[in-house]
Amino acid sequence: MLLALMHSSDRMEPLLEIKNLACGYQAQSVFTHVNLKLYPKQLSGLVGPSGCGKTTLIKVILGLVHPWAGEIWFRGQRLQPGASPPNVGYVPQVETVDWSFPVTAEEVVMMGRYRKHNVSPFPSKRDRQVARGLLHRVGIENLARSPIGELSGGQQQRVFIARALVGEPDIVLLDEPTSSSDLRVQHELLHLLAELNQQGLTILLSTHDLNSVATHLPWVICFNHGIIAQGEPTEVFTSETLERTFGGEMIVIHESDRILIASSLSTLRHQMQDNLPSILRQTHH
Amino acid sequence: MDLLFRPFQYEFFSRALLVAMLAGLLCGVMGVYITTRRMSYIAHGLSHAILGGAVLSYVLQLNFYIGAGIWGFVAALVIQFLTGRKIYADAAIGIVTTASFALGIAIISTYRQFTKNFEAALFGNVLGVTPNDVWVVALVTLILLALVFIFYRPLLFWCFDRDVAKVHGVPVFAMDVLFALMLAAMLVTTLQILGVTLIISAIVIPASIARILSDRFGTMMIYAALLGAGISFAGIYLSYYFDVASGASVVLLSTVVFGIVLLWTNVKQRRKRRIADSHLL
Ligand SMILES: Nc1ncnc2c1ncn2[C@@H]1O[C@H](COP(=O)(O)OP(=O)(O)OP(=O)(O)O)[C@@H](O)[C@H]1O
Ligand SMILES: [Mg+2]
Repeated sequence: MLLALMHSSDRMEPLLEIKNLACGYQAQSVFTHVNLKLYPKQLSGLVGPSGCGKTTLIKVILGLVHPWAGEIWFRGQRLQPGASPPNVGYVPQVETVDWSFPVTAEEVVMMGRYRKHNVSPFPSKRDRQVARGLLHRVGIENLARSPIGELSGGQQQRVFIARALVGEPDIVLLDEPTSSSDLRVQHELLHLLAELNQQGLTILLSTHDLNSVATHLPWVICFNHGIIAQGEPTEVFTSETLERTFGGEMIVIHESDRILIASSLSTLRHQMQDNLPSILRQTHH
Repeated sequence: MDLLFRPFQYEFFSRALLVAMLAGLLCGVMGVYITTRRMSYIAHGLSHAILGGAVLSYVLQLNFYIGAGIWGFVAALVIQFLTGRKIYADAAIGIVTTASFALGIAIISTYRQFTKNFEAALFGNVLGVTPNDVWVVALVTLILLALVFIFYRPLLFWCFDRDVAKVHGVPVFAMDVLFALMLAAMLVTTLQILGVTLIISAIVIPASIARILSDRFGTMMIYAALLGAGISFAGIYLSYYFDVASGASVVLLSTVVFGIVLLWTNVKQRRKRRIADSHLL
């Protein structure tokens, strides 16, 4: 379980505040009435099924999709609709990236320095230093010169995380950073994010993976065409909220400080064999 | 020796070589953007669309470069506007560019007198370029290369990932417009040299060869520029001796170079693998 940071402190100014946001495409609504506050140094997960609007919400926050209604406030200032927050990192869903594009890991990271250095086409010494430093920070310095298409899924994610960190952003938004990797790589990535979070970075990541991702986060936001509930996983992950989020029956088992979630008894049996929980306290009847 | 230099005694031939090299270089550089953005079809379509603009500006007695250039730029914008959830980009390109091409043909068929020009527009007429054309091509090449140089970073970021580029402060809408303008300018100036039907190969082939040879965008641009210029030069030169159409000669030569490079890299890879295997044993 990752370190949970103080959350309910009302005295703290939210870093990002969303008021009554609604959005959709053409005539079709994707979500309505979204109210959300993200505080500095918070690490939270946006949890919901495929197609529920996670990517859309992230894109609206980033100014990539125009909202239908509502306001977005960043550090106490209202953003114009369609404007990107001044200092934010973004790691897009891997499916949207063209992996055959002819660039190396280092070059991808240096793209992130656009605001600092956008005149000369040649990278400066400082560009290279910064890129190397960040690749080192995410643990793949040795791959700086590899074309991005030759990296593994977890390594590709790290390159994109490094690029998102270039401008020393206040907040980083990651869209399904763990969806394409196996369990071990998922945990490595979560570990990396927790480490960055402890160094002071505010993080919002989306995921549809409950057991291996969401239950490890200090704060989760259940989302399905709107916010269903939010809080610490131990409180929020009840079979009732999860059923409202994912639809269908959900079985939730709390075991000391761990949670197991399954959509049917047979998958639960598999997961129990994997995790071998000693004492089970079933909350679902 | 004398035989080698004989073509240069004709001024029109030297001019053709110069202008073909510039056009090849320009198409090569722009081809790197076009192929990595998977826009080959839009370039192909726009070159057809521009024929409509060219014929129209001839009939209305407008300057060819300005009339056809504006026409091409507007066609590019209409394609972007039409593209949406229900109409994919390729369908939008098909609709707009073929309509514009058909308009050109319709006008030509009513006027009859310029079938000769029509052939030049379709297949290129590098030997027919005037000194004035040389200046225009040189100027446009210079301007576009300067733009590629100045906007290298934002264009690369925009080309790779438009959304993330916007988040990092790249003016992506301005890049959309800039690139559409560059595309139209390139197509209009190189159209009468390489021809509507052949120009796409000058855009796609050098960039594809460069992609095989390099995994870096900047290096690809240099390779594609050199290949584009070199192949055009050699293609035109060979066309003099073999007495074939110059455009066709350039296309065939670049296809041969592409094939050789592909073969060579395959052989090299196989040899490397064999060495690696023998180390394992
Ligand atoms: N560009 C678009 N135009 C029209 N509809 C869209 C567009 N993008 C997404 N949608 C629709 O909006 C809804 C929400 O999509 P979104 O991508 O936000 O979901 P998601 O939660 O990120 O899903 P996933 O987990 O599969 O990534 C979906 O029903 C989708 O079909
Ligand atoms: Mg998504």
